[in-house]
Amino acid sequence: MATDTMPSAAELEGAGRTADDATNEAVLADINKYDFVTETKGVFKARKGLNAEVVRQISEMKGEPEWMLDFRLRSLEIFESKPMPEWGGDINIDFDDVYYYLKPTEGQSTKWEDVPEEIKDTYDKLGIVEAEQKRLVAGVKAQFESEVVYGSLEKDLADQGVIFTDTDTAIKEHPELLREYFGKIIPPEDNKFAALNSAVWSGGSFIYVPPGVKIDFPLQAYFRINAESMGQFERTLIIVDEGAEVHYVEGCTAPMYSTESLHSAVVEIVVKKGGRCRYTTIQNWANNIYNLVTKRAMAYKDALMEWIDGNLGSQLTMKYPAVYMMEPGARGEILSIAFASKGQHQDAGAKLVHCAPNTSGRIISKSISKNGGRSSYRGLCKVEDGAVESKSNVVCDALILDPDSRSDTYPYIEVEEQDVQIEHEASVSRIGEEQLFYLMSRGLSEAEASSMIVSGFIEPLVKELPMEYAVEMNRLIELQMEGSVG
Amino acid sequence: MSKTLKITDLQVSVAGKPILNGVNLTINRGETHALMGPNGSGKSTLGNAIMGHPTYEVTSGSIELIDAEGNVTDVLDLDASERARAGLFMAFQRPMAVPGVKLADFMRHATTNVRNPDRKEGEDLIPMREFRKELKGKMGQLRMDLDFARRYVNDGFSGGEMKRAEILQMAMLKPRFAILDETDSGLDVDAVKLASESIAEIGHEADTEMGILIITHHDKLLERNTPDFTHVILGGRIVETGGVELAHELHENGYDRIREMYPEAAKANTQMQEEDAVAV
Repeated sequence: MATDTMPSAAELEGAGRTADDATNEAVLADINKYDFVTETKGVFKARKGLNAEVVRQISEMKGEPEWMLDFRLRSLEIFESKPMPEWGGDINIDFDDVYYYLKPTEGQSTKWEDVPEEIKDTYDKLGIVEAEQKRLVAGVKAQFESEVVYGSLEKDLADQGVIFTDTDTAIKEHPELLREYFGKIIPPEDNKFAALNSAVWSGGSFIYVPPGVKIDFPLQAYFRINAESMGQFERTLIIVDEGAEVHYVEGCTAPMYSTESLHSAVVEIVVKKGGRCRYTTIQNWANNIYNLVTKRAMAYKDALMEWIDGNLGSQLTMKYPAVYMMEPGARGEILSIAFASKGQHQDAGAKLVHCAPNTSGRIISKSISKNGGRSSYRGLCKVEDGAVESKSNVVCDALILDPDSRSDTYPYIEVEEQDVQIEHEASVSRIGEEQLFYLMSRGLSEAEASSMIVSGFIEPLVKELPMEYAVEMNRLIELQMEGSVG
Repeated sequence: MSKTLKITDLQVSVAGKPILNGVNLTINRGETHALMGPNGSGKSTLGNAIMGHPTYEVTSGSIELIDAEGNVTDVLDLDASERARAGLFMAFQRPMAVPGVKLADFMRHATTNVRNPDRKEGEDLIPMREFRKELKGKMGQLRMDLDFARRYVNDGFSGGEMKRAEILQMAMLKPRFAILDETDSGLDVDAVKLASESIAEIGHEADTEMGILIITHHDKLLERNTPDFTHVILGGRIVETGGVELAHELHENGYDRIREMYPEAAKANTQMQEEDAVAV
């Protein structure tokens, strides 16, 4: 604990006390009175709303060094100064009605047996234990209400110098490494929600893969929002050193709640010379959740960055994974799947930024809209001055299942160089009566037939997923399609 | 188990325009029927109406399945899926491509549903091993490579591949009544011969004994599938029924004699074709 570098709770008491502070202390003193989520034993619960004091509290609870507190406070100012984005979807969030930090257990659990039962139950349902048993994944990080409570890492990876931990722990155990990149790929100035995350972030994964180390199985983490009106602001940083390789997989499900909930993550990735990184996400949020995420990777000489991004559920998702190709030979690939159903708006897409010569990028986007859902592809292809002989290829296909649903395409192309090759193809199709009839005439029910057409539509992306995720993705699509027709 | 497919005074419209004007046709299991007629006479419409294509509106008449005890199933009450499960099948003239869906996966679903008509969505499929073995056997019989089943349904198939895939589905689904809509069109002589042999083999296996309706312009497909009855359709009505010799005659001489003998139907047929041309 680096308490010497920051004000303690006692010190704060003396200076500039306010009525709010008194309220906070009452909360801190008598936290058990707050039964904030049934059967979850909270140790600390921040109050709703956001100001510098809340940010200080979060930082203090975590025992962070001063530079991080300064970073948070600076980010808060940026957040407050930035207007809400006027593009994308309708964002209707009362920032005063959100919890910004919840900590369900004291410290980190190192053994599975130590993880509280109710949390285990949740993970049982998510299949984490099976995944661990089958050793399909190298290490499991699970985020439950803001804090990582369970983590394990294969010994041989640790022996090779691979670091896979939560970001809070990384501040303490790998401060120099973390500080070198943290907030550098996505500075808080980038956008309002990146600034918000920077001010109140908690949890997330920190991964470092040393030069030449190739991890040939996916690292995996599950995230889950499980508190009403609670924001989740995880912060992930992945550093792939020269010639190293990693595939990181993140999956989300969330239970249904009646009031709005905010998820705003930041994921920063650096892929150094000759390195490869693949980051796979399947998110299936409850219908009331705002999912506003900033993901960006910087790929250096001859490095490859791949984002595979599947978005289901949520009230509004705004997410555009980006690859900045910083040096010659860098490559970026982004595969995006969006599924928008009733009351859902997926504003998803991708960004390719060519900052150096001979860089190449590809975006494949597939979106599905049904039952009045709306999906938008929003993508940027940017070629900076001097990035000669760069190539970008964008293909976005939309499938609309019924007349109530909607699909839009917003491609942004900014080219400051002559000698480049940019291709953009877009298609929109409606699920065909002829296709449905053909499948049904072979004995498939209408729901099965629709589901099969949709699965086929996204198949080119699903086959890129690890086996268990491909199965899960298809199952999610089937669940989404059930009862949707007839 | 259904023994007879009985079509009575069937009238069908597409977008409010009458196409079939009272078709009567009875097919018993084990029988082969040929249906011939000039373009626009309503051949494919009859097939689509029997299978329950939503675009084809039955305005009058009935389609029934009758079992050995005389119990009647009203086919018009069933959607396409239920009709398939009741034992009806159509090999399409131009089957739809379904990109991303592997032929084997599609056929495993279809075969499971047709064999377990009461299966609900999400319930178990035929075990993979069992299905694969059977599929492999049928594909061998049709001289198809097993790799073919891993391709996406009709996606980028040649004309011949499409038709063979349709026959493969018929072989796996073992319908009680099969409609083959111009399965010979677009095929070269060898491919027609192979299709013809396959249909004969599959259609009359001990456990199938299908009633078959072959819609065609030619008599090549009929060489190995000698029709018990040949029907001529003109202007949305079956105007003449005969034996195999009628099929040969039409193949040799075309429909001039038919048009002369049935001027009203010929006039209706011409009208339908003209309206078609205007609509296009």
